[in-house]
Amino acid sequence: MNFVYAAGIASIMGVGLYLLLSRHIVRMIYGVMLISATVNLTIFLAGRIGANPPPVMGLGETALAAGSANPLPQALVLTAIVIGFSLVSFVVALALKIYRQADTLDSRDLGAAEALGSAYGQADAASRHSTVKEHAK
Amino acid sequence: MMPILADYALLWPVLVPISAAGLCMMLWRLPAMQRIVHLAALALMFGASLLLLAQVEARGVLAFTFGGWAPPFGISFVADRFGAIMVAVTGVLALAVGIFSLAATHRRHVQNGVYPLLLGMLAAVNGAFLTGDIFNLYVWFEIMLITAMGLLVVDKTRAQLDGALRYAALNLLSTLVFLLAIAILYGVAGTLNMADLARTLPEVGNSTALTISAALFLIGFGIKAGYFPMFFWLPASYHTMSIAVLALFAGLLTKVGVYACFRVFTLLFAGGESLRDVIALMAAGTMLFGVFGAAVQWDVRRILAFHIISQIGYILLGLALGTAAAFAGSIFYIVHHIIVKANLFLIAGAMHRVTGTYDLRRCGGLMRSHPLLALLFAIPALSLAGIPPMSGFWAKFMVIDAAFRANAGWLAAVGLFVGLLTIFSMSKIWIEGFWKPAPFVRHTLHPVPIAMRIAIAGLALITVVIGVFPDALMTYAERAAEILVNPQQYIDATFAGHAPVSGAGGGQ
Repeated sequence: MNFVYAAGIASIMGVGLYLLLSRHIVRMIYGVMLISATVNLTIFLAGRIGANPPPVMGLGETALAAGSANPLPQALVLTAIVIGFSLVSFVVALALKIYRQADTLDSRDLGAAEALGSAYGQADAASRHSTVKEHAK
Repeated sequence: MMPILADYALLWPVLVPISAAGLCMMLWRLPAMQRIVHLAALALMFGASLLLLAQVEARGVLAFTFGGWAPPFGISFVADRFGAIMVAVTGVLALAVGIFSLAATHRRHVQNGVYPLLLGMLAAVNGAFLTGDIFNLYVWFEIMLITAMGLLVVDKTRAQLDGALRYAALNLLSTLVFLLAIAILYGVAGTLNMADLARTLPEVGNSTALTISAALFLIGFGIKAGYFPMFFWLPASYHTMSIAVLALFAGLLTKVGVYACFRVFTLLFAGGESLRDVIALMAAGTMLFGVFGAAVQWDVRRILAFHIISQIGYILLGLALGTAAAFAGSIFYIVHHIIVKANLFLIAGAMHRVTGTYDLRRCGGLMRSHPLLALLFAIPALSLAGIPPMSGFWAKFMVIDAAFRANAGWLAAVGLFVGLLTIFSMSKIWIEGFWKPAPFVRHTLHPVPIAMRIAIAGLALITVVIGVFPDALMTYAERAAEILVNPQQYIDATFAGHAPVSGAGGGQ
């Protein structure tokens, strides 16, 4: 069971890493989302999954019954999901803003940061900037 | 009133900036009020960090566990000497940059929320320095990342958006790798409290899973801290930022990664001998490639951004050696580096205010027109290069001396060689920016605003004082390093007043 689970996590992680290496910003964001999902699954697996009773304590009890599921990984995963969601929303908004300003989502065509204060002459940077614009049109 | 202040000394450095950030959000439409709240919060945070430093000095390692839970179950905050000095230097730097930004913050920065974001980031930085729980450390890292990305795009220029994307891609990956390392560590040890981990990991014994977890921690923190070969996001994004924010980033953010690296590799994986060689190679690469990268640049911000990387290499060198003397050298180096590096960026901001450009080829003649600024540049520049009697000399001396003592002569040789190239870079800024005649005649000479001068002079003064009287900080660093080498004090303080409970356990 654990092996199947681990193999599933590994394959999703592979897909995520492949997408992260893409030059297309949206694919890159998909990659981040998939990797974040695999990390959450790993935390879940680290808490040892199995056919355990739920971690619920009856009234008056002070400790969990032996063999019940571990509640901590669920809390950790919940936190990680919320944080991951906020970061992905920010990056999606960033991608939208970039698309509106530069009219492209291909990171090869985004040269503005590299052109700023470039060591290879102002003229160079300017010409590169204009080709980016032409390409976008 | 006073006992409450002292008893909760551990919490104020986080509580003050985070509540001020909330207050600034509520005052969204009142920029003047936001500025007052921001400055008041920085002053309070400075006071709080000094209080914490005094308390740690008086009472040893401080610990506090939230919600009245016993330590391995509740989230702990722990301040040892290393954590306390980091919080103190954060307080000093934040106040200096806050004063500087009085003259450098535009209305569009305020409209885009620079004040709440800055305060939120400072709270996260202090939280990361003080937390004693590895998952909580992850949460602070994420708060730091999201506020940092907001600060990166505070001007909303095309270059900033582009830079933010490059920053986001690798830093998101770094936090995910960090979280994966936590997941594996939890699977092995069954606890997340760092003191509890330090106690249980030697009993668990070495395993492949632990080695993988340690390597993932090194990669995750390494991307954050800018270690070779994972620093490429830093020079691709830092130079696009607005200058006051950039000074704070340069001083603090990479150092949080370094601090976390020290924490994890002294407390948790103290026996991680297999990684020491890798860390040594990374340290040498970080020093060399950072300084080589700086050599070809002409933009002041880019030169200094590459120098952040090369200086990080010296700090990492201490971790690679793993002796008490080396840790002491690294702690001294971090304190010196935060002050000096941020000050150099502030001076770059002042140069930009005067000449209107960051490009060294287009400025010049500053030594004659602004002799005071030239003097103020010379202090941190000589300090960065390690010229006595500046603070950088003692920092480099301690680290390189420790390398020779640990029979790692080649690392010391790399360090000395890189110091030489640092002088080259600093003299390039000096010759091009200050010494050579201005390339064209300027009709209006802008003065450096008084707020900028106060901030730069204050930080320069600290550099000189550390340089002339290094004893106090050296002794402090040595005593802080003792706790890193022998973490029993840290563990005892966390569990003080609670019956020992065995690790929470990860199921069967």
